[in-house]
Amino acid sequence: MSDPVTALDGQSITGQITIADAGPTGMVTLRANFASATVMTGLVDVGLVVPDANQIASGDGTTTLWMSPDEVMILCDYDDAEAQAQSLGDALASAHALAINVSDARCVFRLTGQGGAIRDVLAKLSPADLRPSALPVGMVRRTRLAQVPVAFWFSSDTDATLICFRSVGGYVFDLLSKVSEPGSAVGYFG
Amino acid sequence: MLILSCPYCGVACDETELQPGGEAHLTRFGPDASDADFEGYLFRRKNPRGVHFERWRHAYGCGKWFHAARHTVTLEVFGTYPAQVTEPPPDILDAIAAKVPGWEPSS
Ligand SMILES: [Zn+2]
Repeated sequence: MSDPVTALDGQSITGQITIADAGPTGMVTLRANFASATVMTGLVDVGLVVPDANQIASGDGTTTLWMSPDEVMILCDYDDAEAQAQSLGDALASAHALAINVSDARCVFRLTGQGGAIRDVLAKLSPADLRPSALPVGMVRRTRLAQVPVAFWFSSDTDATLICFRSVGGYVFDLLSKVSEPGSAVGYFG
Repeated sequence: MLILSCPYCGVACDETELQPGGEAHLTRFGPDASDADFEGYLFRRKNPRGVHFERWRHAYGCGKWFHAARHTVTLEVFGTYPAQVTEPPPDILDAIAAKVPGWEPSS
């Protein structure tokens, strides 16, 4: 099999913050009715914890993002994604549910920076409320970055992850690079 | 700028994260309806100066359709509520009555 290549192909740039390709990342989208007992029993069997609304749950080498009332995204090792999708599909075979490997359909960015620099950079492009009280560590926010949909979350005050569709990966990289240029600091979040 | 809270995910959405869906609580007239009813269903929309019920979709977020009750002049938002209803819930009507004395739902 050929090697996976991300849309950013390993690019990174440092301005006010460092914007870097997170590399090949396993991503599995699961859509199901989480109020259904059949679904939840199946998910317990595979050890998947469905996070509360807008929250993130960490599991055994995986991170699960709440995407909507009937959708979660599971992040895992790139090489494990296909098996993850398969085991979820098997576990939910008797329910109306869909688990699919979307690893190559998304683009993952790692954002690192000191103080409130990451929040300042994101706030230039997104209408989301980026105050730490509204978007604390451990919460995921799906929103808009300039003209395209994205989701981002903070793992710590100095480390965030952003995902977008693969086809707009270059656009998002250019946008983030531009608003992170040295000399354009806002300093609102410190 | 309009901020509506999505009743499904609780996110305070900026207007630009939402897709507008026009007037809410329309009655659908199908194949056996009169021409006038069908025309009304397709084309006739309220455009009030005042209280208005609208459909919105959390397009850049959870993707769900929901309802909002707001004032088209003051832009005050009385509340948002899920899409699976055919008329505004009592708490929304109470919120409107408290803010807009004398307001009556129009047919
Ligand atoms: Zn929502």
